[in-house]
Amino acid sequence: MFDAARPYRLDAQVAIRPEPFGALAYHYGNRRLTFLRDPLLVDLVRDLEHHDDVDTALAASPIPPARWPAFRRALAALTASEVIGAR
Amino acid sequence: MPADRLTDELKRGLDAPICLTWEITYGCNLACVHCLSSSGRRDPNELTTGEAMAVIDELHDLQVFYVNIGGGEPTIRPDFYELVDYAVANGVGVKFSTNGSTITPERARQLTAADYVDVQISIDGATAAINDAVRGEGSFAAARRAMDLLAEAGFGAFKISVVMTRHNIPQLDDLVAIADGYGAQLRLTRLRPSGRGADTWGELHPTAGQQVDLYHWLRERPEVLTGDSFFHLSALGEALPGLNLCGAGRVVCLIDPVGDVYACPFVLHPEFLAGSVRSPGGFAEVWRHSELFTSLRQPGSAGACSSCGSFDACQGGCMAAKFFTGLPLDGPDPECVLGHGESALASVGASVGPGVGAGVGAGSRPTPGPGHSTPVRLGRRLH
Repeated sequence: MFDAARPYRLDAQVAIRPEPFGALAYHYGNRRLTFLRDPLLVDLVRDLEHHDDVDTALAASPIPPARWPAFRRALAALTASEVIGAR
Repeated sequence: MPADRLTDELKRGLDAPICLTWEITYGCNLACVHCLSSSGRRDPNELTTGEAMAVIDELHDLQVFYVNIGGGEPTIRPDFYELVDYAVANGVGVKFSTNGSTITPERARQLTAADYVDVQISIDGATAAINDAVRGEGSFAAARRAMDLLAEAGFGAFKISVVMTRHNIPQLDDLVAIADGYGAQLRLTRLRPSGRGADTWGELHPTAGQQVDLYHWLRERPEVLTGDSFFHLSALGEALPGLNLCGAGRVVCLIDPVGDVYACPFVLHPEFLAGSVRSPGGFAEVWRHSELFTSLRQPGSAGACSSCGSFDACQGGCMAAKFFTGLPLDGPDPECVLGHGESALASVGASVGPGVGAGVGAGSRPTPGPGHSTPVRLGRRLH
């Protein structure tokens, strides 16, 4: 279950490859390929490990607050596919 | 972002392929009648071990996450497992396709111990009779033996790969039962009229009715893998899971045993040869700047399909299937589920159905290369 009040990080088995539309994330464990379709999301995912919780990471990002709910939903989906995980 | 925008982005190409197939040898102990690469003999000009490792270095630098290794029968290359280990050690996962004949109990244990190595064993029917008619006598038993060995070694979910023909589509549920019996994943792919398949496609490709059955069967079983190869069926209604587009030169390509780079695994023909990994700049140069791949990433016209309401669903189907049946690339797929393929084939002098053999009425049908069709003998010195 995703919880924006908790600390997260990119899964150790995930590699991220930049692409013109954002990035591809590949999980070497579950072999799933995920499209990260916004460069802001790519930066946020990489930056999660430097913050005490997701909302602090959002506040430190250039993402406008009006879009935070959408980014929280995206992070919840990335948690479900094990791209990111609670730490 | 809506899904169609992702499709548009993918059509413009990626910085590196998602799905790279590498046929590392044309050598094979079988001579399947539908072989995409007309494999049999090893090519004396195959990439050396050092050259193959240099390709792996490049794939690592390009962050190609995994490579699909095939052939031929890839495991007959004496350095096969050396190359697999090298790829995995460099962060390039390996999925390899095999007919299973070289898998020993010891090898099955080693594969089980390896991280990031997926094994895919090919059968083309749920019974020896249906399978062996396509893949050769004894090939079903050999494949099943390899599956038994992997299961005994505790490999986990290996894949069972099946090319769909009119003879095995009635066995779909039996194929599921075989996979379930091993805890394996079933993977179904589309028969292409490429390689030796050009000569057998007419009698092997599914009937129109079977295509409809397959579509509904797949819709009910999203867990069955397809390599996104049935996107032409999406014109029947809701799209099948996966990327519904031709990825040739955009997200997909093929490296052949001598290092030539083609747009996809189904178009081993000079017209779709983009370059060679042996040229200056290597694979990256071919992927990024070759004339062929650049042109495949340009927005194309829907051609004869532009007036069809289903074009967004099927994207005009498979480039290779059109090419090797002599159809224009901007027209319908020969197996167009709305029936446009049959009239298109008739207009180029071919016909859908049994009897489309080599040269039979196929006015402008390109012939695949001479191939490497003499099979090799499998010695016991294989590692």
